[in-house]
Amino acid sequence: MSNAVSALQGVSETGFAHIKEMGLAGMVTLKADLGAAATKKAVKAAVGADLPEPRGMSSGKKEDGVAWMAPDELLLFCDHARADEVVATLTKEMGSSHHLAVNVSDARAVFTIEARDVREVLSKLTPADLSNLPLREMRRSRLAQVPAAFWMNGNNHATVICFRSVAQYVYDLLCMASKEGGEVGYH
Amino acid sequence: MSTRLETHGRLIDRSTSVKFTFNGKWMPGHAGDTLASALLANDQMLVGRSFKYHRPRGIVASGGEEPNALVNLGRGNRHEPNQRVTTTELVEQMHATSQNHWPSLEFDVGAVNSMVSRFLPAGFYYKTFMFPRAFWKHVFEPVIRQSAGLGAAPHPETRDPDRYEHFYAHVDLVIAGGGMAGLMAALAAGKAGKRVLLVEQSAHWGGRAPVDGDVIDGLPAEDWVKNTVEALEKMENVTLRLRTQLSGVYDHGYALAYERVSDHLDDADAPRHRLWRIRAGQIVAATGGIERPLSFPGNDKPGVMLASAVRDYIVNYGVTPGDRIVVVTNNDDGYRTALTARAAGVEVACVVDPRTEVDGELPQQVRALGVPVKTGSAISKVKGLKRVVSVRVQPFAEDDGSYEEIACDAVAMSGGWSPVVHLWSHCGGKLNWDEAQACFSPDPERPPTNQNGEGFVTCIGTAAGGLTGAEAAKTVADRMRGLDIAADDIAVENASETPLAPVWVMPAYAGAKKRAKMWLDFQNDVKVSDVMLAAQEGYESVEHTKRYTTLGMATDQGKLSNINGLAVLAEALDKGIPQVGTTTFRPPYTPISMGAIAGEAKGDLFQPLRRTPIHDWHEEQGAYMEPVGHWRRPYCFPRDGESHEDAVNREIDATRRSLGLLDASTLGKIIVKGPDAPKFMDMLYTNMMSTLKPGKCRYGLMCNENGFLMDDGVVVRLDEDTFLCHTTSGGADHVHAHMEDWLQCEWWDWQVYTANVTEQWAQIAVVGPNARKLLEKLGGMDVSKDALPFMQMAEGTLGGFDARVFRISFSGELSYEIAVPASQGRAFWDALHEAGAEWNATPYGTEALHVMRAEKGFIMIGDETDGTVIPQDLGLNWAISKKKEDFLGKRGQERTFLASEDRWQLVGLETLDGSVLPDGSYCVAEGTNANGQGNVQGRVTSTYYSPTLARGIAMGLVHKGPDRMGEVVAFNKVDGSTIQAKIVSPVFYDPEGEKQNV
Repeated sequence: MSNAVSALQGVSETGFAHIKEMGLAGMVTLKADLGAAATKKAVKAAVGADLPEPRGMSSGKKEDGVAWMAPDELLLFCDHARADEVVATLTKEMGSSHHLAVNVSDARAVFTIEARDVREVLSKLTPADLSNLPLREMRRSRLAQVPAAFWMNGNNHATVICFRSVAQYVYDLLCMASKEGGEVGYH
Repeated sequence: MSTRLETHGRLIDRSTSVKFTFNGKWMPGHAGDTLASALLANDQMLVGRSFKYHRPRGIVASGGEEPNALVNLGRGNRHEPNQRVTTTELVEQMHATSQNHWPSLEFDVGAVNSMVSRFLPAGFYYKTFMFPRAFWKHVFEPVIRQSAGLGAAPHPETRDPDRYEHFYAHVDLVIAGGGMAGLMAALAAGKAGKRVLLVEQSAHWGGRAPVDGDVIDGLPAEDWVKNTVEALEKMENVTLRLRTQLSGVYDHGYALAYERVSDHLDDADAPRHRLWRIRAGQIVAATGGIERPLSFPGNDKPGVMLASAVRDYIVNYGVTPGDRIVVVTNNDDGYRTALTARAAGVEVACVVDPRTEVDGELPQQVRALGVPVKTGSAISKVKGLKRVVSVRVQPFAEDDGSYEEIACDAVAMSGGWSPVVHLWSHCGGKLNWDEAQACFSPDPERPPTNQNGEGFVTCIGTAAGGLTGAEAAKTVADRMRGLDIAADDIAVENASETPLAPVWVMPAYAGAKKRAKMWLDFQNDVKVSDVMLAAQEGYESVEHTKRYTTLGMATDQGKLSNINGLAVLAEALDKGIPQVGTTTFRPPYTPISMGAIAGEAKGDLFQPLRRTPIHDWHEEQGAYMEPVGHWRRPYCFPRDGESHEDAVNREIDATRRSLGLLDASTLGKIIVKGPDAPKFMDMLYTNMMSTLKPGKCRYGLMCNENGFLMDDGVVVRLDEDTFLCHTTSGGADHVHAHMEDWLQCEWWDWQVYTANVTEQWAQIAVVGPNARKLLEKLGGMDVSKDALPFMQMAEGTLGGFDARVFRISFSGELSYEIAVPASQGRAFWDALHEAGAEWNATPYGTEALHVMRAEKGFIMIGDETDGTVIPQDLGLNWAISKKKEDFLGKRGQERTFLASEDRWQLVGLETLDGSVLPDGSYCVAEGTNANGQGNVQGRVTSTYYSPTLARGIAMGLVHKGPDRMGEVVAFNKVDGSTIQAKIVSPVFYDPEGEKQNV
């Protein structure tokens, strides 16, 4: 595992926003009945977080957390090295309850955007309505031609998740969208 | 001459000098000029030649409706044709050239077309160039292409160096047009707390009001506009954008706005254009109106201009198109031009008005200045070739033989105003014919409707049919209240106007000769005579007439010509204008740049490229890459000076003799899990998957419900209720969607979850006789024949890497496919090369992969299949379960046509001379079909040179092929000859499978 690297290995660029690839992050997909007590308990045991509301996110220990993906799907966040352990915990806790827990950490790339208002960057790439996006609500949408999910931690900080194979494309998109001179002044 | 005045010019900065060239000649202008006003200031009346007759043409308008003054702008990589001078802001070092002439603007050989114009009537190309047939392609078309046309196309090797972008905005209200009405609406909506986006296509707020001297809310228009804009800028919920045109309205409140971000700046490091993609609760069109030309003989000559444009140039830019102007108008508004001109010290020779009684407030003011007003009159001729010299004034209604020549160098014409209803109409808003104002205006009862059946476009101001300032203002408050937005009534004072006279042909008695000199569509050279001819030839529908005559089909989309054209058609058909109706308005309002449409999608961002964790290594090695879906995969790894063919042969040779390594990370990997997963797998695949033991692998086929082979791959049972499905590289997303479709729509009560984990894993094929030795050298897992036999998998740590090892083979060699987490993929690849060096570990690409699988007779989805092939055609009956009650495709395959034995089926093909069969070659048969084409009895699906066998090998589908082993058949070549090939087994290499089972 000492050889593990993220897609773009922490590359960054500054235009009117600062774009940075975050390196490796742990991510686990859990598909299950989100209304079941077993699911709630398993998630709590795995990352210490409560089940989020639809489209919402909740926090657990340290960097751990959970994002709502679909009516039967969650995305659990944890330290990269701990992802298999989270899968194991979920599997154990869920027991015979029908579920699918799988480590998807390496299928992803994560970026952060820092800017006076990150929506100035994202609005060039996603059709999602960012003027009404509550903080820490994850929006599954697209950035230009590829799927992506993102949330705002504040108006000046956003996190973007995309598939690992298109990390370079998404990084190039974010850099282009935040190039000096391209400020829109809308948000 | 047209010249700069000492006074006026509210938009220009006289303290600046901006230099530009027109046809290579340097000219001065000021900051704030448009290219049009700067050209006029330099007495450049002649700016282009017309499309068909190459008539000399000058600037007619002052905005986006301009039909004539289109130029080539910029040079080299930034060359752009058909740029409208009236909407182009002047920039230092701007280079413009005129269009559609040869050899020069001043002397154009093509003008001869004008002399033969009677041979080029409406629809002439339908009539003239039909015979002889071959002449069209070789004679007529090349000549017409040379003669007709607008600007020069950019050179194919130029590359636009600028950047473009999109921007998504979600608003309650988007308001199109920053004139008086748009500003009033924004103010009301802003105060009501709505999220408002107000866009204005020009560089200035206020529209016509400051030019026409309206008094708004007790203030001069200019002051009111300034105050209002300041107030709006303070509102956080209101966004104001200049140089942004709401260019299109689409279903469900979607709208596109085209922002020209930096065209007006020289050397700005900024996006050039920005396309706003807007979701709006309500679209408010405050788009104003367009003045109509009058159809009198010679109305297309340089110096004949719209009356409002003359005012604009004088007031906004301090430029007059002439020293002595004649105004011709059928309405009171035209008199404003006479007043404005006089106020600027420009002589007004007279006002020509077809109305017999003219005593409105404005005409009275004009008379008071001593300007002759010639009532009941018409212009019947315009003299001058490249600019106006004089006009002939005659009675309008009846020709009594009297006339008067009036010297002038400019004519300001006004045929009344038409509301700009384009945005209303884009999604189907309906129009009413307003008899009193002689124009179409939006019918508020029949708006374009959204998904709830409610109107989502609202017209206000002039666009709503309020053609005077006071009337326009009234519509704003009224319509905004209709949107539940409280709006103050703001009083606008302007001179009262008496009714206009609808005049479509001037003079009324004009004969054929004069009608042939009255232009309707300036850009496409369509005249009154053309529309009348169309009517005479039976064209009754306005849509047909448009296409027959090309009226309104040019880049200006008939902004000036539409109403006049259909009015002439109505008269010719003796029908009312509303019965004839209008043509359809479609977006965009004016042409927008292709760059804006593409947005960021150019260069590296043109298309997303999917990269495996080992992608960079491949590029560093100089691999020749090929697209596989959005992935790029190495086709081969040529070494110094090596051809691709040689590289492929070397890679195969090294793999078969010793050790090859393949980056197979792109292979689709989908997890299927749940108590019902075995049942689901049995439905998805043609073979029985539920009997697969955990830890075992099985090759499976997936068909669509029609029975056609869709995808294939190795299925691994990870545990009792979990399967890992390998799919083709290009098919992963589709197969996953296919699974979810069935699970969500048909078998929603089955307990199955799926997850596409393709990118979680880097997968590497370790292939060749030394494959096992390499893995043993890395150590950590028992990969011996007994511990890990063929078609089995094991999980563990291999050389320190978390690995899943699959003992599967697509090459016929001893082979392991090893999946490691993507984050470790590159390191694992490096480790394999390092440890494998002693066996000459050789990376191989997709072509070697293809050749090796073909040598083994393995099919490839997309080569052996094309969406019409069933597994039975490929001899894969062994992979179709006979025991299962059902699977996707079973019923399809039972249809008589597919169940028939009379089908093309897979065989191997060996050329008698050892050569390689051409790709896509057909197996020829006796005779010809009903179309006289040679019959065929099969085709090549895969064909390669096999370095292992040192000869060409191929697979193909041949009619009843497997029954014809040993038969020699002929395959065609593009040169007409054929190649003889023998039908053989598709398995060319190691038919017993001894090599892969070691």
